Amino acid sequence: MTAVEITGVGMHPFGRFPDRTVTDMGVAAVRAALADAGIDHTDRPGFQAAFCGTAYSGVAAGHKVLGALARTRTPIVDVEAGCASGGAALGLAAGAIRAGQYDTVLVFGMEKMPKGIIRSSFFEPWREEAGLAATPAYFALRAQRLMRERGITKDDLARVVVKNRAHGAHNPDAMYQSPTTAETVLGSRLVCEPLHLHMLCAPNEGAAAVVLRRAAADATGFVRLDAAVLRSHLPGSVLGEATPLAGIDDTDITPPSTLAADAAYAEAGIGPDDVDVAEVQDTDAARELLGWEELGLCAPGDQARVLTDGDATMGGRRPVNPSGGLLSKGHPIGATGLAQCAELTWQLRGEAGPRQVEGAHVALAHTVGRGANASVTILSR
Amino acid sequence: MPEVTRRTVTDGLFTEDPPRLLGGRCRECAHHHFPRLDDCPYCGAAAIDAVELSDHGTLWGWTTVTALPPGALGSVPYGFGVVELPEGLRVITRLALPDDSWSFGQPMRLGITELGPDADGVVVTTWEFAP
Repeated sequence: MTAVEITGVGMHPFGRFPDRTVTDMGVAAVRAALADAGIDHTDRPGFQAAFCGTAYSGVAAGHKVLGALARTRTPIVDVEAGCASGGAALGLAAGAIRAGQYDTVLVFGMEKMPKGIIRSSFFEPWREEAGLAATPAYFALRAQRLMRERGITKDDLARVVVKNRAHGAHNPDAMYQSPTTAETVLGSRLVCEPLHLHMLCAPNEGAAAVVLRRAAADATGFVRLDAAVLRSHLPGSVLGEATPLAGIDDTDITPPSTLAADAAYAEAGIGPDDVDVAEVQDTDAARELLGWEELGLCAPGDQARVLTDGDATMGGRRPVNPSGGLLSKGHPIGATGLAQCAELTWQLRGEAGPRQVEGAHVALAHTVGRGANASVTILSR
Repeated sequence: MPEVTRRTVTDGLFTEDPPRLLGGRCRECAHHHFPRLDDCPYCGAAAIDAVELSDHGTLWGWTTVTALPPGALGSVPYGFGVVELPEGLRVITRLALPDDSWSFGQPMRLGITELGPDADGVVVTTWEFAP
């Protein structure tokens, strides 16, 4: 199969930027990724297609970004797949390159989200009125069931936050660049039992971009995109990201993150044990622990041991969320998957500075959210 | 026309007197579902019998909402959780506070609650479960 390589990545930091439009942030990320790929203004547009992951930026948001850079004329398609929008855009781009449609594709994503609980047009107005569009409450119920079924405690949830915030302290693109303690996490406001404020990521603002290219026949040293898979859910799970009003016994229903991971591992020809470093969606602290088992990175019920042994902490056997995760960076949903891809590209190039995972050759990124949509991306070098 | 002073939060999902959730049962896969659809959400068969779901079940998950979500009527705190009905259906629902006695498997019964007035002053009702 045609190999796809990553020739450039770039980011606009994640945070809150009252003086910048979503277009400004998209421009900054695209400019950085194109420069990283060595595509300058004499080579316009520099790609044959562009996919833009975004859910809250409105009509033709991608065109506005590329228009500001004089890099239009090609197809520009906005891609909405909830929290997996960035991963979905990567998958479409990689698929088009593998099919021989394009040689070089730009993928970018950006978001400028309001503060507080994410308001989503996904929920019907009556469901909002009834108080049933309470996104953090769904996260809390999922956390409660995971704690019950896997022997996880509230202290374990706090330990996830402490881990990711320690990692994020070394990431200049993160919104929170300070470490925290379990006491501080458990002392923050209780949002929905068992989740405290610091256990929940902040919907915020930011952008990220990736340049993909058909790989040359000989090894070029670029990071390779071995798989970029998107899957949606099978029906049945009442607490799945599809957020239905009812569900059935879901013991034998494979979650969308596992569907995506299994397909991605098969496409990349590897298994979970081959992964050296991972970015796993931590919308809330429990979501990361659930992701570990859904992705095969940890046996169900082994989460507390992994936390105790530090396997997923920097310096451990397989660090998870070296970027600090969404708990440090925040979550501009269209940019999230591509920021994970940028982080892992830097990790595999050995350019991650103080948060470098030594000797990383295989990396995995995971996002899951509204729809339900789940994306799993595998990179190697 | 008489002035409307009370309405259900949405039509077709539940009855108030007696309180019952309106669901469906698939004649092919035998799963119940809620809200009622023309096609089974689990197997796709267009073979649905309209049913009134059980007005009782057991508590499967719970939390308390402490900040009013976007667009919600009424006030916080309120209970939010999942009740498992005898049909095997797990239903998302508001839960009647207080929350200090909730436990897994606790028997729960369906009732009707007032969310509060909407922008036009109309009192809006919905379903909830209580111990």
